[in-house]
Amino acid sequence: MASADLAVRRRRRKPEITGWQWLGLALIVLFVVVPFYTTALGGFKGIGELRVNPFGLPQTWDASNFVGIIGGPSFFRSLWNSLVVSVSTVVLSVLLASMTAFAFAHIRFFGSQFLMGFLLLGLLFPSATAILPLFIKLRDLGLLDSHLGVIVAQVAFNLSFSILLFFNFFRQLPKELVDAARMDNCGYLKIYWYVTLPLSLPIIATVGVFAFVSSWNNFLLPLIVLNTDAKYTWPLGIMQFQGEHGSDWPKILAYLTLTIIPAIGFFLLAQRYIISGLTGGAVKG
Amino acid sequence: MASTVSTLSDSPSVPRKRRYMDRRSLIPLLVFLPPSLILFVTFVALPMVDAASFSFFDWTGYGPMTDFVGFKNYQDVIFHRNFGTAVRNSLIVVAVSMLIQLPLAMWAALALAGTAKLTNAIRTLFFLPYMLAEVAAGLIWKFVYDGNYGLVPIIGDTIHVKMPFLLADKFWVIPAIMLVIVWKYFGFHMMIYIAGLQSIPNEVIEAARLDGVKKWQVIRHIKLPMIWPSIVVSVFFSITGALQLFDVIIPLSNGGPNAASHTIVSFLYAFGILRMKLGFGGAVSVLLFIACVIVAVVYRRLLFTAEKD
Repeated sequence: MASADLAVRRRRRKPEITGWQWLGLALIVLFVVVPFYTTALGGFKGIGELRVNPFGLPQTWDASNFVGIIGGPSFFRSLWNSLVVSVSTVVLSVLLASMTAFAFAHIRFFGSQFLMGFLLLGLLFPSATAILPLFIKLRDLGLLDSHLGVIVAQVAFNLSFSILLFFNFFRQLPKELVDAARMDNCGYLKIYWYVTLPLSLPIIATVGVFAFVSSWNNFLLPLIVLNTDAKYTWPLGIMQFQGEHGSDWPKILAYLTLTIIPAIGFFLLAQRYIISGLTGGAVKG
Repeated sequence: MASTVSTLSDSPSVPRKRRYMDRRSLIPLLVFLPPSLILFVTFVALPMVDAASFSFFDWTGYGPMTDFVGFKNYQDVIFHRNFGTAVRNSLIVVAVSMLIQLPLAMWAALALAGTAKLTNAIRTLFFLPYMLAEVAAGLIWKFVYDGNYGLVPIIGDTIHVKMPFLLADKFWVIPAIMLVIVWKYFGFHMMIYIAGLQSIPNEVIEAARLDGVKKWQVIRHIKLPMIWPSIVVSVFFSITGALQLFDVIIPLSNGGPNAASHTIVSFLYAFGILRMKLGFGGAVSVLLFIACVIVAVVYRRLLFTAEKD
């Protein structure tokens, strides 16, 4: 008894994170933060100052790089294009995946297991694998150089994972709800819209956020599909900007900072869903 | 015939007649299924079949495929002088993940899975690079490595060493890219481990501690075995990530110098797509697809056995 008491007390006194661990964590924090920090400040510095004053605050806060980018024609246009593509991808992914998952979860029909297995085949390989034939397919359908081409391909490649997440979620909802609605002679379409969807906001958020982030950051697919500057999404825009300005780093760093800020803001807002989607979904999948 | 059906449906083990389709469900099915199926077949399933078919032809993408060449494209890919480098680089990514990234992530997860002060903030911070677009991460590090204005030459100045232009150096380009990959993705793996660690019931660890089990032994014999599924998942993600790595490479090195830093997908992009050698590219796609399927099947196996134990 006494020894157990002692053990408890000793354990209590021991901090959860030891000094050595704090030291290690501090080093990793530096490793993570320094690139962000120098990027954010670099945009305000002159090119010569980058070399002599890499870590300090800028000698004069010169915002002309930022003003120039914001005033330029391509920055907001590329962000807007990304927004259009991402929001469309989110809406379509959520709608199609939830409808299909609803059918698999609640309607009994011949071949449902086979069809579900078929639709989940997409989990086996990432879109990068199919990028070349995808390009040919989009070309044959006349979807090259259009946002629609990027959107439908992204939605198609989101389907497997999203259907799986929705299916798992729908199965955990109380079955009585659907049964009761059916007793009242309510059709499946109405049940889907009025009963299931309103109860599924958490999973809609998870799937939606996941689709949004992957679309917002997507580079390979837009790179192959889009070839008019006016249609570029922001990752293409920033690569083009970097290509034009070579090693005028303050300009490029300013551009980077401007694109990172909305990403960080969105991340802090949607963090919960991002992490549950990436870790929870991953573990279940 | 009719009697067999009725006896079947009357028997207690089959409580009601199994109907394959309720008539009322026909219209909902026609609304719910076709949109997904059409998209999936058109943009996921068919393209893979197409890739397989044009990998056997010499085709530039226009007109009918008539020039059947058998396995010549596969031969060309495998003996291409840069394909070996691309495969090797992808394997290096996997090795670095296993030996450096995942242990680092695990170490951080073990330190940060609790509720001590600041843990939440530090977790968020470590996860931040993962949220960044690969292109942005690549450009940030291109700046860090820049031989004139970046941070690497400054570090060189302070320790009085002339630093090479890392990304233009045939040898250094690979470690430089690996560091970016660790920076970008270790936080993601850490989050997977933290989710696993937090699902371990507290009582188990308390009980072990009360029995005088040392901290290291708790980790070795309780925590690691209990989060084995999380480890399998994160290994799977780092392998598939390595197989599809592309976005980070383009801003950093564009596959150079001298094609030394290509990954499989950037190789496919540079030699199959940009040059419109579709038979060649199709063969790369098929090889990549086979690799992905093998990884996925092994992963399912491992995860199943992990969950059964």
